[in-house]
Amino acid sequence: MAKKKFIVGNFTDEAVLFPAVKKVRRAGYKLHDVFTPFPIHGLDKEMGLRDTSLHTAGFIYGITGTSTAVGFITWALTIDWAINFGGKPYFALPAWIPVTFELTVLFAAVGMVLTFCWLCQLAPFVKKDHFNPRSTDDTFVMAIECTSSTNEAEAIQFLQAAGATDVKVETKETGWWLGSYANDKMRFEK
Amino acid sequence: MSLLRYESQVRAPLVDGTKDYHQVTEDICRPVEGKPSRLWWIGFLISVALLIFGIISVTMEVTYGTGQWNLNRTIGWGWDITNFVWWVGIGHAGTLISAILLLFRQGWRTGVNRAAEAMTIFAVMCAGQFPIWHMGRVWNAFFVLPYPNTRGPLWVNFNSPLLWDVFAISTYFTVSLLFWYSGLIPDLATLRDRAKLKWRKAFYGVAAFGWTGSTKHWQRHEALSLVLAGLSTPLVLSVHTIVSFDFATSVVPGWHTTIFPPYFVAGAIFSGFAMVQTLLVVTRKVLALEDYITIEHVDVMNKVIVLTGSIVGIAYLTELFMAWYSAVDYEWFAFKENRLNLNSPYGWSYWIMMGCNVLSPQIFWFRKMRRNLFVTFFMSILVNIGMWFERFVIIVTSIYRDYLPSSWSTYYSPTIWEVGFYMGTFGLFFTCYFLFSKYFPVIAIAEIKHILKRSGENFKTKMNKEEEDTVTQFGEHHLHDHH
Repeated sequence: MAKKKFIVGNFTDEAVLFPAVKKVRRAGYKLHDVFTPFPIHGLDKEMGLRDTSLHTAGFIYGITGTSTAVGFITWALTIDWAINFGGKPYFALPAWIPVTFELTVLFAAVGMVLTFCWLCQLAPFVKKDHFNPRSTDDTFVMAIECTSSTNEAEAIQFLQAAGATDVKVETKETGWWLGSYANDKMRFEK
Repeated sequence: MSLLRYESQVRAPLVDGTKDYHQVTEDICRPVEGKPSRLWWIGFLISVALLIFGIISVTMEVTYGTGQWNLNRTIGWGWDITNFVWWVGIGHAGTLISAILLLFRQGWRTGVNRAAEAMTIFAVMCAGQFPIWHMGRVWNAFFVLPYPNTRGPLWVNFNSPLLWDVFAISTYFTVSLLFWYSGLIPDLATLRDRAKLKWRKAFYGVAAFGWTGSTKHWQRHEALSLVLAGLSTPLVLSVHTIVSFDFATSVVPGWHTTIFPPYFVAGAIFSGFAMVQTLLVVTRKVLALEDYITIEHVDVMNKVIVLTGSIVGIAYLTELFMAWYSAVDYEWFAFKENRLNLNSPYGWSYWIMMGCNVLSPQIFWFRKMRRNLFVTFFMSILVNIGMWFERFVIIVTSIYRDYLPSSWSTYYSPTIWEVGFYMGTFGLFFTCYFLFSKYFPVIAIAEIKHILKRSGENFKTKMNKEEEDTVTQFGEHHLHDHH
């Protein structure tokens, strides 16, 4: 959560973007992020991002749901208040499969979505700084972070040579804050 | 991460016309950003009127009890549960399109999934009304939840199919909503960043949750979509299976049958696709989205309709055969006298069901019919009438004559408040759909952009130039390639 200086370049074609990402990384620039209007397969690998562990989290939420259901129903129908339903056993596991299954799915889905929102910092009233509003329309926006060793003029030229248009040096906020997109007020910072 | 990579080379383009990414955004955002048309207002007001009729009907029922409905001692489930099963079934097509077709890598789902998922959510909302208000003392509805209470605590019966239904429907609604909304977030961000008016910036700003389109976020988003699709696929099968258990686990002739789960699921997809057709044939025209919901989409969905309709037909014949072959007198009586016999009180409903669900969809074996919008629209209505009668037949013709002839029912027909309740759910459904189609992008913008360079008309023709050649031309061009 701090204001940082970035060199921001825009691309309009994935075919140009991919080699540019490779060049920028090879040249040793600190690649902050690439903002795209839709998911581009392979870009995460190209940028050197590791795979997400969200699936694993989903699995853990799922088995939590399974054990919650089996554990609770077993306790409620065999220990807390055992009721004889038509002479069937108290521990009627096959009859509990539907509820167990539903709770597995419910826990996995809700848990994953909440984790996704947490990791990506998504919530109502959350506001973040934009590098280029066209990045949700048709522009792939690459942001290179300026470090103490970055020569800005050189980096701008480098990005232009790699195919970026409209390359600029900009200061942007990298964190989030609570606010409305209708005005520029920062209501309350994290 | 190659979710939607596969695209058949013989498939016609899924996006017509010369489009680039910006044009896609413009086309899909246009109806959202413009003023609602007169047609929209007329449709919306009719829906609200129906909704008000429904609210009045439910108020009557709550005030005076379920006696306001014509249910009687033998027919305890009439229109009410028929409507419940009908609406739940309709919802299933949305999940099929968004989840199962994602796993099967069917690129064409992209044009229709957003609207179909919205339809699922609204249909499940409508379905949920029926069991809730059917309780009579609706203020005690929370008794179906397992909460610590002062009666022991006395827990709910986890062995009961009706309780399974509570869990199935509420899970289905929650997961569908999460799946739909997580898919919407990037598109809402597109609307937010294009917004000119202050209220739009504020509204879509809140709704888009601060989405930026970061590559890492997209990577997680893709993982989330894939796992939610994987979870929704067995979920959707479980939901209608459990609904069918409401009947199949009983000992009522006509209900007590093991064929119900697959038969119900096929029927659900069948009726759901019909409803998708009803909505999209109109939506694509009114919102001028013919380039995205093409005749190809209509064609493939009609193929699904003829397939699932035929599965349903086979199921009808199987249960009929089994009723006779089982040599159980009660079972065979229910089929022979209560259903097949046209002169019995409800015989007509069985034959409406057969006609609408089994015979009429066979017209879709003909390509010309599948690609005719009027036929599609007409058939989609007919299928949904047929599927309503299927549930009516299952419920009413099975229970109006039970084991004891002395308790056979007098003729059951609904009161105005039963009909009003049903009409009210149409009001709810279409009010929601009209609001959705006005304020949300009815097509998944980001997903269309994702498939554009593989399936867009202007890209596709460039990619597959060889395919346009005749055999002789192909030979002339490529004969010497491999020497």
